[in-house]
Amino acid sequence: MIAFGETLRLAQRALRRNKMRSFLTALGIIIGVAAVICMVSIGEGAKSRIRTQIEGAGTNVILVFSGSSSSGGMRGGMGSQPTITFDDLRAIQTEVPNVRAAAPLSRTQSPVISESATWTTTVYGTTPEYFVIRNWSTLRGSSLSASDQAGAAKNAVIGKTVAEKLFGVGTDPIGQVIRIRNAPYIVVGLLESKGQGGMGEDQDDAIFVPLSTFSARIQGGLSNYVRGPIYVSAVTTEAIDTVRRDIAALLRERHRLGPDEEDDFSTMSMAEMTGMLTSAMQTLTTLLASIAFVSLLVGGIGVMNIMLVSVTERTREIGIRMAVGAQPADIMAQFLIEALTLAAIGGAIGVVLGIGIGELLAARFGWVSETRTDIILLSLAVSATVGVVFGLYPARKAARLDPIEALRYE
Amino acid sequence: MALIELRGLTRIYQSGDTEFAALREVDLDVDSGEFVAVTGASGSGKSTLMNIIGCLDRPTRGRYRLAGRDVAHLSRVELARVRNEFIGFVFQSFHLLPRTSAVENVELPMIYAKVAPRERRQRALEALERVGLAERAGHQPSQLSGGQQQRVAIARAIVTRPRLVLADEPTGNLDTRTSHDIMLLLSGLRASGITILYVTHEADIAAFAARRLVLRDGVIVTDARQTPTDPHPELCS
Repeated sequence: MIAFGETLRLAQRALRRNKMRSFLTALGIIIGVAAVICMVSIGEGAKSRIRTQIEGAGTNVILVFSGSSSSGGMRGGMGSQPTITFDDLRAIQTEVPNVRAAAPLSRTQSPVISESATWTTTVYGTTPEYFVIRNWSTLRGSSLSASDQAGAAKNAVIGKTVAEKLFGVGTDPIGQVIRIRNAPYIVVGLLESKGQGGMGEDQDDAIFVPLSTFSARIQGGLSNYVRGPIYVSAVTTEAIDTVRRDIAALLRERHRLGPDEEDDFSTMSMAEMTGMLTSAMQTLTTLLASIAFVSLLVGGIGVMNIMLVSVTERTREIGIRMAVGAQPADIMAQFLIEALTLAAIGGAIGVVLGIGIGELLAARFGWVSETRTDIILLSLAVSATVGVVFGLYPARKAARLDPIEALRYE
Repeated sequence: MALIELRGLTRIYQSGDTEFAALREVDLDVDSGEFVAVTGASGSGKSTLMNIIGCLDRPTRGRYRLAGRDVAHLSRVELARVRNEFIGFVFQSFHLLPRTSAVENVELPMIYAKVAPRERRQRALEALERVGLAERAGHQPSQLSGGQQQRVAIARAIVTRPRLVLADEPTGNLDTRTSHDIMLLLSGLRASGITILYVTHEADIAAFAARRLVLRDGVIVTDARQTPTDPHPELCS
């Protein structure tokens, strides 16, 4: 058998002789690898952003949800039935040690009208403590105050996006009047920008009003029960676990749950939230990557297809090579390396293209793209394997040709 | 010692239940430096004979010694090595690689003989010079006439300095004038001790040889020495 370098040169010459076809064949691999790299990069970016966002929201934050319900054999999940009362909330605030602050957060979607524009956004009802917990201060004006809450004042604190949509960029919204569900509110504060949240939502696209006002005017409900989650912040990150345990014990006692009964509430720390969301993202990324891998496989089959056509078309060439002394192994190696070269070049272009598209999509949609070296190596390995596996059959076919038949082939 | 020594050579093709003997008990000796024309009607077995002598095919029965070595029952790999080392081929339809320059075509057998690239190029250019095509080394087959393509093919056949050149109707696709040029070229190769066997069914082409074999139904029916055609007929006329 001739040297590897020689075979490589033969293969490259053959590929160059048919540039267009070589390119089209490699295209399948290019698209496959690019898809894998692009999907995984964006998935990784999303995961790491969720992590930073949630951690940015405060690692010492615990969420308390009204619990799962179970009635007549029907089970509902977390928050399906309000179980936490405002008395419970007050008890958490006052009786649990190491709690810095606790605030309920109700929400609804609603159109909001200014003098010049209408914008549908999320309206939240909460108490002043929420901004302490989220560590969220105002850029202009003031935040919601205790007296706003006590007097059910029709004051609103708005996010940057809402301010821009309702009043235009660069206009001071303080003192302006907006209408929510036919009631006028005075804008008292503009919040500093928080950017995107862990789920990719715009955290600045929000309006906050006092919870008392929210319940009375925007969305009523059972007056004793807290709608939506309660945000609790512990004094330190280390205190989170004890605080959670204490809250659970307190609520079980207040709800008079027996030892056999399940909790009718649930608590979750931001760390858990991060884990949950990133694992959900991971599932999605894996799914997308698997689909992308399938396209890589299809690309590989494309390589096989073209190599088979190539073997048939070059039957005479194979005959000539055999006549002048090429051994079956030489012929096999040449075709195998042709397939491998196509796959390798396709893989390399695919990696560059995949990273490029990932960055482009990330820039276009405000995502983050994070390229993982191991995925690049994996894609290259897979495309090389695809080249070998799918190149093997045509190469064997070529090597097994009978020289006499091959020479006679028209 | 004979370069080619065939004893009781038989080749049977099988298709389904029917057997067909393309060669039957052929005995033949060809010495080094001989110039032999193989003729016969189509189906007479001359292609089969050439394929076996060329180590492209194996006999069903019988013995074939090439340069003293028994090659009748070698493996495909060993046959490829024998072809590369001992035999050059010239085909009716030239069989050059398309879109590949003349010099690269000539280099082809040396790739498989593991000759280093630099030496390969040099020897290929020398071979092209011998067939009078040195100035066309960079041309592709499509840019060459039929006669020139056949000259490239001859250069490819002799570049490995083989003992034996087999030509299967080398002039079949050429006009008379070019045919004679090609035959003169082949005949000239004898000077370097190369043995040449060629298949033809044209009398004037067969006349170039010093020995003529006629096959019929898988048997050599005539094996005659003859005086070759005057190599320069146009000078006499």
